[in-house]
Formats: sequence, structure tokens, C-alpha cells
Amino acid sequence: MSNEVAIIGAGMHPWGKWGHNFVEYGVAAAREALADAGIPWRDVGFVSGGATVRCGYPGYVAGATFAQALGWQGCEVNTSYAACASGSQALAAARNKILAGACDVAVVIGADTTPKGFLAPAGGYRPEDPDWVRFYLGITNPTYFALYARRRMDVYGDTLEDFAAVKVKNSLIGSKNPRARYRKCFTAEDVAASAMVADPLRLMDICATSDGGAALILCSAEYARRIGKADAPRIAAISTVTPSFASAVVEMPDIATDSAAAAGIEAHSFRAALPVKAYEEAGIGPEDVDLAEVYDLSTALELDWIEDLQLTPRGEAAHYLRRGDTAVGGKIPVNPSGGLACFGEAVPAQALAQVCELVWQLRGECGDRQVQGARVGITANQGLFGHGSSVIIKR
Amino acid sequence: MSQKPLAPAIEGWFTMDDQPRLIGTQCCACSTYFFPKQTRYCRNPDCDSTEFKEVELSRTGHVWSYTNACYKPPAPFVAAEPFEPYTLAAVTLEHEKMTVLGQVVTGVNVADLKVGMAMELVLEPLHETEDDIKMTWKWRPMADQGEQR
Repeated sequence: MSNEVAIIGAGMHPWGKWGHNFVEYGVAAAREALADAGIPWRDVGFVSGGATVRCGYPGYVAGATFAQALGWQGCEVNTSYAACASGSQALAAARNKILAGACDVAVVIGADTTPKGFLAPAGGYRPEDPDWVRFYLGITNPTYFALYARRRMDVYGDTLEDFAAVKVKNSLIGSKNPRARYRKCFTAEDVAASAMVADPLRLMDICATSDGGAALILCSAEYARRIGKADAPRIAAISTVTPSFASAVVEMPDIATDSAAAAGIEAHSFRAALPVKAYEEAGIGPEDVDLAEVYDLSTALELDWIEDLQLTPRGEAAHYLRRGDTAVGGKIPVNPSGGLACFGEAVPAQALAQVCELVWQLRGECGDRQVQGARVGITANQGLFGHGSSVIIKR
Repeated sequence: MSQKPLAPAIEGWFTMDDQPRLIGTQCCACSTYFFPKQTRYCRNPDCDSTEFKEVELSRTGHVWSYTNACYKPPAPFVAAEPFEPYTLAAVTLEHEKMTVLGQVVTGVNVADLKVGMAMELVLEPLHETEDDIKMTWKWRPMADQGEQR
């Protein structure tokens, strides 16, 4: 189809806490992706980088930095910043460039090095900054994840055992993923023995931050045919919608939701809106999806995402989990990569890492982690300040 | 606590009386409420008003969800030494159709709360400085739970 772009290469630097410069991870991922595609670096006409902020230089971790490291060859560059959705926006920029006919091949790269210590806002007295306000009042990132988790418990009857079961499921499958940082199989007892961080979430319910790099090679359908990869996985949709007013769920870093008091205004869920646009764009529905990679910043959040993607009715994700339906071999496997539970979050790389997993799954190359017969995969993620994404890949 | 004077942790965000209320704004055109205050542009996509009036929000609502903080947050949070865990709640104000986060009063734990419980706004110390005691809003379960939601 003319409006589809092929993914002919995927690569990742293994996730971990390596302590190296982020550029190294990005270059390693890009070179692996180029080798996977079997094309030379000089064929790439566009480098699209997912950015993070370092030492006050937003965009340093970006397209041009990677292009220089790979060897400047005069291609065009782009840098996207969208918090956790940075990778998806970089992906969208590359797809648009190809669809506009401005280039045949693009590489999309995201990489990050874990900052030391807490992610904390700049100092001073700055009540105009919501991130400053919430930390001043004692509201950290786990606060939000825990609020969502506790609400599931009170409203849907989810239990601590359910949340632990998500960790157990993801650590079991992630133990078979050589690119994952954490490859130990954890038990429910391990989770229960870990320290309480924000009730009901324990340390092992919450994802860490990691070093890592991910890259994808995108090309036009014509170019894919020319190099004998006409059957490569294709991008069916990229949703990067904003929330709709009134956003009804209190989201990091805000201390209050929108008000839905005005006439004609209804309350909306941002997470639920992200895949809606993706399904529309792809012209498919949740019933067509074979697997999903979702942003499990916490174990409980994986259950929220499953419902937001409409893979189960609202409030029933834990029932599916208990039956094994969300494990590899089940009805709708979720996070066959091991998810953030096994990777830890490398912000500008993470949305691309999700797509890398879909590409390998759709090509049937995942060995012990393989979702049999996978043809359609969806990702979902959400970050700060109204950023989020959902990507659909099909073969 | 010492005999230092009481001061709001964030000036102008809530009243400092016995029956404290959060101070927000309301759009003069579409009636949307904002907390923290919005005074320059209305964020309702169907409204382009730039006129707002300051309003006091409802001081009671119902628990949307709740949790606690078992570890000391980073600055600008000012922690007591030794650090004492505290409870947090997101409370929905029915009239304003919005949910507001805040700490829960000292002595109330996660086990004491439930989604739907009736809560009211009170003031408690957030931290102490050289000159004064910085007060903030906190949520407290109402003595009369009435009809739970």
C-alpha cells in the first residue's frame, strides 16, 4: 500500500546500567539495525533522533549527534522531544519524510544514559511549575502509579497478588530476552518481600531507569521491494494525540485534573484515547491484535493499558492475567519482551524498543519468547506533559 | 511544633481560616474551574475567553484514590528528620468536576481510606523555616460519612 512505510531493520544496545555515553548506545543500535536491513549507512537520507535533556542542552541527544557519530554523510536530520513518547514522534517524522517522497530510507534512533539519583526539578521557589509544586507537596512519580493501582483494587477488586503476578509473568518471559537488563525469574514471594514504596506498590512493582539504545530502519514500499524485503513489517499507524479536555485522570506532574464543569464538556481518559486514533488510522480493531507492548511503569499499570487498548473489557484485565491469557501462549500476550519490568526505562529509546520487539515478533525471530503466528502488534506509552503514543505494526 | 507564626506554603492557593478552601479561578465565559489558578487563557477548547474570576472551591469531596509515601521525596520537599511516611489522596470535587491531590492529615493511614469516602479540606504544617511554619491543605475523612459514593 502506498501509504505504508516498511521497517526493514531493527537494532538495540542491551539495556543495563553501563555508565557509558548515550551516543555509544545509539550508534550500536543503529549499526545493528543497518546490518539487520543489509543496507549501507550512506543509503540513509534522514536521521530522526529521540531527544532527552542533558546538562541544559535539550536536543543534544539527537539526530545530528547520532549522524556525526555514524559519520557525517550529508543526510537530513530531525530531533523529537516528547518525554516517553519521543521515540514515537521521531518515528512519525521519519515516516512522514518517506511518505512525502523526500527520502527513501531513514534511521530512527533513541538512546539514553540513566541520570544519577532522583529525577528532580530545578530549585528555588517556583509555584508556576507544576513539577516543582508536586515535589514540594511530597508527590513523587510512584504516587501517581500507586493512585491508579489502588483505584483498581477498590473499584475492580484487583489484589496485590495480581500485581505480583504481572511481575512474575514479565520476569519469566524477560529472562529469555538477551537484550533485557533484568533476567532473573522473580516469584510472588520476591515481590511481597520487597520494600513498600507507595502503597500498594512495592519496589518490584515499579520499573527502574536504565541505559539503552534502540534503532529502526524505515523505507518506502518501493525501496523495500527493490532490496527483496517486500514482506517486511509495515507501520500501520502512529498515534501521538494529546489528551482531550477535560482530562479526567490526575496525571504526572499535575496536582489536579481539568474541570469538566463547563456545558458541553465531558471527562476523558488520555490513555484510552491514544490507541483509538491508532486503530482508526490502521483501519483495524482490538480483535485484530495478536500482541501488545505496553508501558508498564508499574505492574498495575500494565492492567490499565490492557483495558485502554480494549484488549479486555474495562476492569477485567486481572481476570485475563489470572487465566494466563496475557502470557506468551495465551489469548493476547502482553509485553513478550519482558516489558519495562525487565528493561527499566531509557526514556527516548523506550517507545522504539517496543516497536523493535514487535518487528522481531512479526518476523517470527523471538525463539522462546515467540508469539505464534503474530501478524499485528500494538504499542502504548505515556509520558509527562500530555505526551503519549500508540503504534501499530503489521505484516 | 514551635510558636512561630503560620504562613501558607504557597501564597494565595488557599484560605487560612478554620474552614479552609482552595482558591482557584473560574472562566467568566464558560464557567470552567481551574486549580491552580488560570488567569490568562481558558483551556476549554471551545472557549477563547481571557477573563477569569477568583473563586473558592468546594472544601469537601470524595476519594478518587489514595496511597502513601514510604520514602523521602527529593527537594524541594522538606522532610522531617527522621522521615515519617505520610498518606496522600486524590479527592474529586463534585461541583467543580475535578480531582485534587494532597496529603492526608497526620494519623490517617492507607488502611483507613476507601475509594468514595467523604473528605474535607483542612490545614496542617508542611514544614518549618527559620521564620514560620509553612501550612498546606490536607484531606481529612469527614466524621459524618453520609452517603458514600
